Amino acid sequence: MTINAYLRQDGRKGIRNIIVVAYLVECAHHVSREIVFPYRDQEVHLIGFPGCYPNEYAHRMMERLCTHPNVGAALLVSLGCEGFNKGDLIKTIRDSGRPVKLLGIQDTGGTRKTIAEGKAWIEQTRKQLENTPRADMGIDELSIGTICGGSDATSGLTANPAMGRAFDLLVERNATCVFEETGELIGMEHWMAERAATPELGKEIINTVAKAATYYSAMGYASFSPGNADGGLTTIEEKSLGAYAKSGQSSIKGIIKPGDVPLEGGLYLLDVVPDGDPKFGFPNISDNAEIAELIACGNHIVLFSTGRGSVVGSAISPVIKVCANPKTYQRLDEDMDVNAGKILEGGASLDDVGQEIYDLILRVSQGEKTCSEELGHQEFILTYKTFEPVGPACLPSAA
Amino acid sequence: MAFFQRTDDSGALYLAPGDNIAVATRELAAGNTVDIDDATIELKSTVDVGHKFAIHPISEGSRIVKYGAPIGIATADIAPGEYVHIHNLRSDYLPSYTLEPIEDQE
Repeated sequence: MTINAYLRQDGRKGIRNIIVVAYLVECAHHVSREIVFPYRDQEVHLIGFPGCYPNEYAHRMMERLCTHPNVGAALLVSLGCEGFNKGDLIKTIRDSGRPVKLLGIQDTGGTRKTIAEGKAWIEQTRKQLENTPRADMGIDELSIGTICGGSDATSGLTANPAMGRAFDLLVERNATCVFEETGELIGMEHWMAERAATPELGKEIINTVAKAATYYSAMGYASFSPGNADGGLTTIEEKSLGAYAKSGQSSIKGIIKPGDVPLEGGLYLLDVVPDGDPKFGFPNISDNAEIAELIACGNHIVLFSTGRGSVVGSAISPVIKVCANPKTYQRLDEDMDVNAGKILEGGASLDDVGQEIYDLILRVSQGEKTCSEELGHQEFILTYKTFEPVGPACLPSAA
Repeated sequence: MAFFQRTDDSGALYLAPGDNIAVATRELAAGNTVDIDDATIELKSTVDVGHKFAIHPISEGSRIVKYGAPIGIATADIAPGEYVHIHNLRSDYLPSYTLEPIEDQE
């Protein structure tokens, strides 16, 4: 099985050919949205950073997103006076071989003129991207992320372990798989440490979860929503048990942070909890922030399990929705790609649904649209955070 | 840690040896009985899909175990068949944020 991928000049291979329009401050959001609007069903997606003050993490996220393998070109929209380091971002995108353009609203002459110039650039660049070279891509070149959102007590029984089965199938074929949210792995740290490729990595895993517990403690409560409780989850450790099942059974090869792109296949834990003193609020203000972070780590597709019924998709990488709860599936079937709830009704085993998810990943890589893509979902959010680089024990080269 | 492979038609899942709760695989009405771990348990209240009920007597202050792992501390004595949720179980780590149900707005 091979995927007919889009080959970028930097050698990376994508499964979509998206133009991102990125606002560099909230003041440029409306203009950017208007530029995207006529093309919103034609692989032109809106991303951006709302803050006026620069932030290293946000800058790195934007670099990774604008040069993501699924992205063919980037239009940057600036007001003109914000703190974002536009020059650096343009250089990074240009060095990757992708077409890039910066429009400053103040210099261009305001809202209408900037929208018109932006649309003209999109027209011209879409034509250019029609000639993007193609290349065969193997499963071992795929990078898949996983997240759970709108979890309930069925998430950990059906969708999460089924996605874990799909992860095991992918890791066996040397694909890159990323699971995340250490704040929702509280209580699982010792089990995870046992699966670490090295004892040193095991210690790092325990420290990473301890950091998450400290951080959330400062925030006042756990990564736990009222809907989780309505759905039968009572405590963070119970939610963690279910969330942990997403990771499957493979050995854990490393810990990465947002924007780190693994250099070899295997299973990685993404640490999304900021380093240092709690400063800018919750580590995962919504599922979409975590999806953006998974994508910034190079994930071509994100698997999303939900029991309560999330409908979100994403800019840049397709989101495959796996519904854990059979009652939710009945209500929201148009939004769900996979019905894992049938496991509870005796209609399938975890292995069956794991295989179904794996097969769907391959079809989506070959161009099949997910439900959220069909419905036009392109959620995106990026806010302030602070990170230190990962330590040497977190990387597979230390093994 | 093992996850169950299949379910039967009893409507309840006993996830791992040593668990003192079971999980409903469909809505189970109060008064229903389920056979688990060589015992017949009568449900004291209705339990929705995915929600959990005690299968052994659990005393206040002891651990509640699901999938063979502790998921928190009982905040009251719990009898077999009783619904287990935020009213009688708390985290050993961090508190859970919950909202009261919205009153009927008609």
